[in-house]
Amino acid sequence: MPDPDRTPATHDIGGLSRYRCVPVEHDEAPPDEFGRRVDALRQILAAKRMMTVDELRRGIEAIPPDEYFELTYYERWLRSITTLMLEKGAVSAEELKR
Amino acid sequence: MTDTPAPRFAPGTRVTVRDDWPERRGPCHIRTPHYLRGRPGTVQRVLGAFANPEDLAFGRPAPKRVLYHVLFEQPPLFGEGRPGDDVLVEVFEHWLEPAAERQAA
Amino acid sequence: MSTPARPQSLADLEALVAALKARGIVTEEELAARQAQTDRASPEIGARMVARAWTDPAYRALLLSDGAAAAEAMGVSMAGAPPLGVLEDTAGRHHVIVCTLCSCYPRAVLGYPPHWYKSFAYRARVVREPRAVLAEWGTTLPDNVEVRVVDSTADYRWMVLPLRPAGTEGWSEEQLMALVTRDVLVGVALPVPPRAAAAE
Repeated sequence: MPDPDRTPATHDIGGLSRYRCVPVEHDEAPPDEFGRRVDALRQILAAKRMMTVDELRRGIEAIPPDEYFELTYYERWLRSITTLMLEKGAVSAEELKR
Repeated sequence: MTDTPAPRFAPGTRVTVRDDWPERRGPCHIRTPHYLRGRPGTVQRVLGAFANPEDLAFGRPAPKRVLYHVLFEQPPLFGEGRPGDDVLVEVFEHWLEPAAERQAA
Repeated sequence: MSTPARPQSLADLEALVAALKARGIVTEEELAARQAQTDRASPEIGARMVARAWTDPAYRALLLSDGAAAAEAMGVSMAGAPPLGVLEDTAGRHHVIVCTLCSCYPRAVLGYPPHWYKSFAYRARVVREPRAVLAEWGTTLPDNVEVRVVDSTADYRWMVLPLRPAGTEGWSEEQLMALVTRDVLVGVALPVPPRAAAAE
């Protein structure tokens, strides 16, 4: 019986039964331009000590479950990076609306 | 490095992963997978000492913690699998306790 | 399958980049340079390291004791990269790497992780039913080989040093490299021995 006090966090999916019969899709497509650009941006911000990979992960893990599973991999990254830059005041919500 | 703590557990030591669920208490970032909580394993190797990701994730000062490679028998983790198969995982020292003497059944 | 990002996400990215540029935090040149640099890393680096370890005992010892130093010895810059650990397959044990919590991957020596490595199905299943997942790659291990699943959870990144297939005696590093695919370096596949390769 599921124990509410021992429910794993959204991202903590190792061994979860709901993936039991889900085949691993052997998708060989390299990341697209969007993904590679997000990736490069994250590396630059890390090199400039504006965020750590741990903060990136914390931001990803904070995405609500329905969105976590709906967004693509690099969309989750972008969501986290944006949240972190707002949190740190590196950009403002107004600037992002322009 | 001067701020590197000395390892508490030597290779070969039987340990138990703390059965703690901080994700149920509030915002946190932890690198100990849920399927290991409360599980016994064996220290395979000391990997070094690294800034604690639980602090780094929130931009807090992050003291170094000793990181171990810990080996777990695979079948008991999920109640299935082939005896002899195992799982090797990086676990920080503050998630490990000396193995309990034979838990009461 | 790898679904493309939503149009809204493309717009969100450009808005963030524009705001960061306006603040003088990033430039287009930096983005282009970083992207080009990241694009250059590929599994050929890892394959070269394995092929050399198969032919050079001193390099093999270095690879197993300090993967990052072994990568540097091949001319790969590991500055800023996480430590690299290399796990050696034996006649009785095979390693397969996963990151159940996110997608930790030895990018410096393998390049971008493939889509399947980051997929929920791979992350969830390998740790629980490794042999079933390996079978989906056509990888069947003999009964006397134990599987060791390596869940990459923290500061290291991990790569597999597979067994050198029989029948490759006297092969050059270039020939050996061709047997060492990215899937082999992650551990979902084994190097195809020459006789089987010829029969394909």
